[in-house]
Amino acid sequence: MAEVTRGTRHGRSKMALLSALGMIGFFVFWQLLSMSGWFPPKYLPGPVTVVQTMLALSHDKYSGATLWGHLMASLGRFGIGFLLAAAIGIPLGLLMGWYRWLDDIVSPFFEALRFVAPIAWVPFAGLWFGTGIGGPTLIIFSGAFPPCLINAYRGAKYVDKRLLEAARTLGASGPRIVAEVLLPASLPSILAGLRVSAGIGWQSLVGAELIVVGSGVGYMMVQGQLNVDTPIVMAGMVAIGLVGVVIDFILRSTELRIKKHWGR
Amino acid sequence: MSRITFEKVNRSFVRGGESFQALADVDLVVEDREFVAIVGPSGCGKTTLMRMVAGLEFPSAGSVRVDDVEITEPGPDRAVVFQAFALFPWKSVEDNIGFGLKCKGMAAPERAKIIKRFIELMGLGGYEKAYPHQLSGGMQQRVAIARSYALDPGVLLMDEPFGALDAQTRVGMQEELIRLSRLNPRTVLFITHAVEEAVYLADRVVVMSRRPGRIKEIIDVRSVREREGWNDLVHIEEVMDTASFVHLRTRIWKLLREQHDAAAPAQAQAH
Repeated sequence: MAEVTRGTRHGRSKMALLSALGMIGFFVFWQLLSMSGWFPPKYLPGPVTVVQTMLALSHDKYSGATLWGHLMASLGRFGIGFLLAAAIGIPLGLLMGWYRWLDDIVSPFFEALRFVAPIAWVPFAGLWFGTGIGGPTLIIFSGAFPPCLINAYRGAKYVDKRLLEAARTLGASGPRIVAEVLLPASLPSILAGLRVSAGIGWQSLVGAELIVVGSGVGYMMVQGQLNVDTPIVMAGMVAIGLVGVVIDFILRSTELRIKKHWGR
Repeated sequence: MSRITFEKVNRSFVRGGESFQALADVDLVVEDREFVAIVGPSGCGKTTLMRMVAGLEFPSAGSVRVDDVEITEPGPDRAVVFQAFALFPWKSVEDNIGFGLKCKGMAAPERAKIIKRFIELMGLGGYEKAYPHQLSGGMQQRVAIARSYALDPGVLLMDEPFGALDAQTRVGMQEELIRLSRLNPRTVLFITHAVEEAVYLADRVVVMSRRPGRIKEIIDVRSVREREGWNDLVHIEEVMDTASFVHLRTRIWKLLREQHDAAAPAQAQAH
């Protein structure tokens, strides 16, 4: 038993070490490559330059805002699109899992629309909802919505049938079964869906911000591209990656806390 | 009044293109406040009979009625206690017990009174806020029984409710059920494959035959219980020790064995 415990602990620290080595190796390689002179530094800035750019951007404005300003604008749009996707997708998925007729009505549309990638919504979103808040929100929504709906639906479909029978024999109505049985029983699946949904939503952001005038990390990167300012573009990419990790971490710890609370 | 009537109940189903008959011409009346146990070999359709009263399954032909009303859907007038308890894992003990009352639209203060009464009655005091996974199997089934009884149903349906419990817990629960059903008599349909349990608990024991399930014999236990004074005995082992109990139990075992022997040559031929 002690052997096994020590084995896993050893395995975990070994894993962390390897991850760290991989990261360090990558940055060293990147730095050396940018210093080698094989590529013009304008097109391949090293990690040091990118970090310097990010630090500078945190107080100097670029294309109308600091990096924080752009990030806040992006996060605001992301938040609205993501919350809207969850607020519509989760109840709709659960209801589809209980009411067969709703499943039959929604499923064909949903199956077809699912293949229209978030980026493919850009022209339509621009035409209909403009470049203010509506267009980008729709694009993030289109990416974040399917995982919310699918996971709620699957969760509802795989609920222990005995619990549904118990609820029905106790006199529960359809809406009550959805709220008090399907929702809590599907929560693990829904939470996993929210994480996927946040990931895709955040990824769709740059696509969304290509059509936005004025702010957002995606907008900042597009401006960087137009000015052939590669450090700005890369700083945007690093910021997007870091924020993505933070969002995932928050959702993951929420998921763990809820699961722990219910002892499952 | 809650009287269950099975009239020429048939049930067939198709599996792999072939049609099977699960139940054949079942006629049975369970009188108001009568405790009827159904025993039979597995696959004889006894659980299906119970599920038909619950409104979870329906006969292919014939009819199942409660007080002459055909059953079309589940309802809180026919509470079910399942073998696997089927408690809501995300609800505390008191919320599980109160769920059916909430569905009825009962106000919270009134609900709390009933919940409190059943917590006391089932010896669950101190566990009001506990979640099912924190309880032993026996306690979980107490919660499930309380959840059904709290609805004050006319009919109580029990599908091998003690099947998942260990022997000692099971005996305790059987004694408790006897106590509870004397306190609050209900029309009970109790499905089990434990013969002793059926004889100990029921007014009548229905013995079913192997598939297609038919009623083979109905045994009147109540008259024996009253005549022999079983009710004066406190513990189950004292009842099980009486000659009259042994006699009934042996009779039912013989009925079940006859079917087993009847089925055995047929199975031998099939091989």
